[in-house]
Amino acid sequence: MIALVHQILSGIAMGSIYACVALAIVMIYQATHLVNFAQGEMATFSTYIAWKLVDSGMPYWAAFFLTVAISFLLGMAIERFIIRQFDGAPVLTVVIVFIGLLVIINSAAGWCFSYTIKSFDSPFPATLSLGRGYISPHELGSIGVTFAVLGLVYAFFRFTPLGLAMRAAAQNPVSARLVGIRVNQMLAIGWGLAAAIGAVAGMMAAPIVYLDPNMMGGILLYGFAAALLGGIDNPWGAALGGFIVGVLENIAGAYLVGEEIKLSVALAIIIGVLVAKPSGLFGRAIVTRV
Amino acid sequence: MAALLETQGLRAFYGATQVLHGIDLAVEDGGITALLGANGAGKTTLLRALSSMVRREGTIRFGGKAYNPREAEDAARLGIAHVPDGRGTFLDLTVEQNLRLGAYVRRDRDAVASDLGRAFGYFPRLKERREQQAGTLSGGEQQMLAISRALMLRPRLLLLDEPSFGLAPLVVRDIFDILRAINRDEGVSMLMVEQNASLALALADHAYLIETGRVVIGGAASALRADESVRRVYLGY
Repeated sequence: MIALVHQILSGIAMGSIYACVALAIVMIYQATHLVNFAQGEMATFSTYIAWKLVDSGMPYWAAFFLTVAISFLLGMAIERFIIRQFDGAPVLTVVIVFIGLLVIINSAAGWCFSYTIKSFDSPFPATLSLGRGYISPHELGSIGVTFAVLGLVYAFFRFTPLGLAMRAAAQNPVSARLVGIRVNQMLAIGWGLAAAIGAVAGMMAAPIVYLDPNMMGGILLYGFAAALLGGIDNPWGAALGGFIVGVLENIAGAYLVGEEIKLSVALAIIIGVLVAKPSGLFGRAIVTRV
Repeated sequence: MAALLETQGLRAFYGATQVLHGIDLAVEDGGITALLGANGAGKTTLLRALSSMVRREGTIRFGGKAYNPREAEDAARLGIAHVPDGRGTFLDLTVEQNLRLGAYVRRDRDAVASDLGRAFGYFPRLKERREQQAGTLSGGEQQMLAISRALMLRPRLLLLDEPSFGLAPLVVRDIFDILRAINRDEGVSMLMVEQNASLALALADHAYLIETGRVVIGGAASALRADESVRRVYLGY
């Protein structure tokens, strides 16, 4: 019983990382209707930046927030200088650009920071007096950080004029332009936010999976599964999907299929959702009159 | 009265296709000008050219100055509000959020709050539905929302693209009465595209008839109403 509770709790912790990745994917999907395949590599690169900052003596949380800020700017730069060149290009072209970005950023991370696996310390204490045996401090901390991210993103889109303008630009770009919203800037900010959220996911994942250029590969797959499960046009559904996928993955890994092939759980979820309910649990089915 | 907006040799293009072939028109300051014409004549394109949604050549003067916004985003900043065809509602946002977006470029927060009250004054129905998702409104209510959203900019010129489209005659009459009141009380000039020529000529003081991207007749609305060919083809009696 204790073992099961532990599996569920650590599934929720891993799920919080998937939730952040899913949220980042949805952020870009809502504005462009495209899935950013390079999201994971962007997060890995951000984590390397954090590693470098900590390695050069900066306190963890200072490095954390600086990394989030740098990632935001890098995300904006990617939109401004690369993605915007393909405005109006066929979908397949943009997909290839995303895959190209994936390979380029992956290689850049290896080239800048070497391919050797690095350990990345958790900012949370090594032991915890509370709930010992059920959940590790880093797991508990990751859940807390994820809820903080979700809360901030919610508040941003719900209560600020800029957040409202971004929603308007994503929903109806033509109308948004007519009321004076600079839609291109909103897109760039969306990329920045996605990159920043991804950076948080990377920094929370690195102490668990260790830091190497391919660190986010599996996690991105779970993130996709989460986004699809929750509904790729619904950020809160996608985040909840992250937690569900985390728990399912952990329980399946422990009791059903074993640790070695638990990544296939993500693929099973992706295929299952696409077959049974393509709009996801909380997504909206889009009906088009033909 | 002086002209608020004046175009000279206005041409507009969709890609390589030229749709407007040199339009000269003027909108009087404080007046209502109607654009009449059949489907495909270029009326909607003319409005789109004015708010830089399509490629445009020719000269435009607005408020006595050269008017040359590069992007559609800039037209709103210069005081031109555009109610597009199809109403351009932000369907997933609430009525109030739609209205607040109309004032996106304004920085005078207190005045925006009082303008929200004024918009609700013209359209009390929107006040009742303030927190409702705009996508759940009826067609008439969405048109009211589109007009109110445009007013939230406090524009000098309001571009209206077929405000009567797809609405029941009674609703259309209400909306046109309110447009008249807005024009009178707020002093907002209007340039209106309208299929329903008799309705448009009753509201407007000036009108232009456009055919295949050119002005055929332009002048006082009463003169167009009296014109033999306009009467036969567009008013149908």
